[in-house]
Amino acid sequence: MVSKSNISGLKIKQGDFEIKISNKGDEVYTNGVPVAVQQMPVFQPQTVTSTVAQPTPAEATAAKQDAEPANSFTFKSPMIGTFYRKPTPDKDVFVKVGDVIKNGDVLCVIEAMKLFNEIEFDGGEGRVIKILAEDSSPVEYDQPLFLIEKVN
Amino acid sequence: MFKKVLIANRGEIALRIIRTCREMGIKTVAVYSTADRDSLHVRFADEAICIGPPRGKDSYLNIQNIMAAAELTAADAIHPGYGFLAENAVFAETCAKYGIKFIGPTAAHIRAMGDKITAKETMIKAGVPCIPGSDGLIESIADAKRLAKKIGYPVILKATAGGGGKGMRIVREESEIERAFNTAKTEAGAAFGNDGMYVEKFIEEPHHIEIQVAGDQYGGATHLSERDCSVQRRHQKLVEEAPSPFIDEKIRKKMGDAAVKAVEAIKYESVGTIEFLVDKHKNFYFMEMNTRIQVEHPVTEEVMDFDFIKEQILIASGQKISGVKYFPDKMHAIECRVNAEDPFNNFAPSPGKITALHTPKGYGVRVDTHIYAGYTIPPYYDSLLAKVICRAKTREECIVKMRRSMQEFIIEGVKTTIPFHLALIENAEFRSGNYDTGLLDRFDFVSAMREMKSE
Repeated sequence: MVSKSNISGLKIKQGDFEIKISNKGDEVYTNGVPVAVQQMPVFQPQTVTSTVAQPTPAEATAAKQDAEPANSFTFKSPMIGTFYRKPTPDKDVFVKVGDVIKNGDVLCVIEAMKLFNEIEFDGGEGRVIKILAEDSSPVEYDQPLFLIEKVN
Repeated sequence: MFKKVLIANRGEIALRIIRTCREMGIKTVAVYSTADRDSLHVRFADEAICIGPPRGKDSYLNIQNIMAAAELTAADAIHPGYGFLAENAVFAETCAKYGIKFIGPTAAHIRAMGDKITAKETMIKAGVPCIPGSDGLIESIADAKRLAKKIGYPVILKATAGGGGKGMRIVREESEIERAFNTAKTEAGAAFGNDGMYVEKFIEEPHHIEIQVAGDQYGGATHLSERDCSVQRRHQKLVEEAPSPFIDEKIRKKMGDAAVKAVEAIKYESVGTIEFLVDKHKNFYFMEMNTRIQVEHPVTEEVMDFDFIKEQILIASGQKISGVKYFPDKMHAIECRVNAEDPFNNFAPSPGKITALHTPKGYGVRVDTHIYAGYTIPPYYDSLLAKVICRAKTREECIVKMRRSMQEFIIEGVKTTIPFHLALIENAEFRSGNYDTGLLDRFDFVSAMREMKSE
């Protein structure tokens, strides 16, 4: 994995798909490109040296960048559908960066087949650090939606 | 023609469908559970979208998730493969409701043939020979006893919603029927959510011979001859071949005509298979109809040079059936299903990481598989690793080729049924071409495999 190499960080760009890897652990961060238009990378080494293992396509399992606080985690989508930050277009977003959230708080709505599902936070108590998916964009199961910093 | 097909399946059949779509210039969407992130079908589709966690009911069996994926990717057709939602009438209906073409028959066809009792009634009306049995569901033990006496033992109790060998019990005498009825009913209720049972004459030493069929929305109907699938263990097919060494041209014609009658009776659209049981006197009886593409379809493809997935897509897009007829004396083909199971240990499942892989190749050898060196077989799905199909001018040459292929096939890291196939190829009954579904009850393949190992 990246941590075994001497590379401190690298960036791979292929079409609309981008990966940034930092060497502060094995975690990988991808920018929130809507999944539906992504080209899946195949088993080819790209512009990377062979000591770096290819990450599994598209999905981030956690996000941790150089500037991020230790003790943060991603909240991932529990279903496939279209991600909405607001209950209706004329209302305000459910949560914004800086908000403190707790179990049961509605973070977003994910719509599939004309059914709107309110998605509740279940990670204890935290503060929203970053929004990882674009409003009104398609998201797949397990796709990172929010970067949350643990509080307490 | 469709612009984009979503494949609502996984493993080797998903790859199979992707390949034909590629050749037809159709874009593909793979859906996958988190357990299948590293699966080949995900790599080779034009787009891939994760639809849920590993369990089937949360992913590949979840109609809502699959429809959402189709909506998000703007797919205009869905190919269900085999298993999972391939014979789910609600899924077919949902696709129709949302204007996405289900590549298969209609929900009505699936329902008509999905309920075994209704299917049988339909076939009797169409003049297709059926196994003597109960007219409907068995009401009670007393009813079961009465019917069994009328039909004559041995009989078999079967679940009307059944499949895969569940909810079935053979009963040889009246003293056994009460217990058999109760346990079968319980098993059926648990497996299918429907514990309705019916009873049929149990055909001794039956040969399982099925006829491939195709129908279109214009009333076109054809058959593409037979496959012999009598090598079975607990009603699961392990080896299939075409043509069947047990029947001749005369029987083939009768069975083929009966199969076409069945297709016409329900105005079936798409490809499908009519399964028959053939007794030792070569009388054949309708058993059931599979309203989907089958695992063993490559066997017929190889002897006919015909792409069934392409035919399915063409029929679904509004074209007529190709009307291809099969000429049996040209080629022979045999398929061996290689599973991740230990044949020395009662076929116990053997998921895990494949550390080394070499698939057999060469003239007349086809391998349909999704595995690769370094791939970890997830424990959540079926154990099929690869289908090896050999094709040659005669059955004997096919067997020689299959032996060579199985010897060449290397899979390390998991246990596989390759040793079983190597032993089966040498079995006298199999070699004779006259083998029935009781073969594996008689064949002590464990001893045969051990002997081969020590050679």
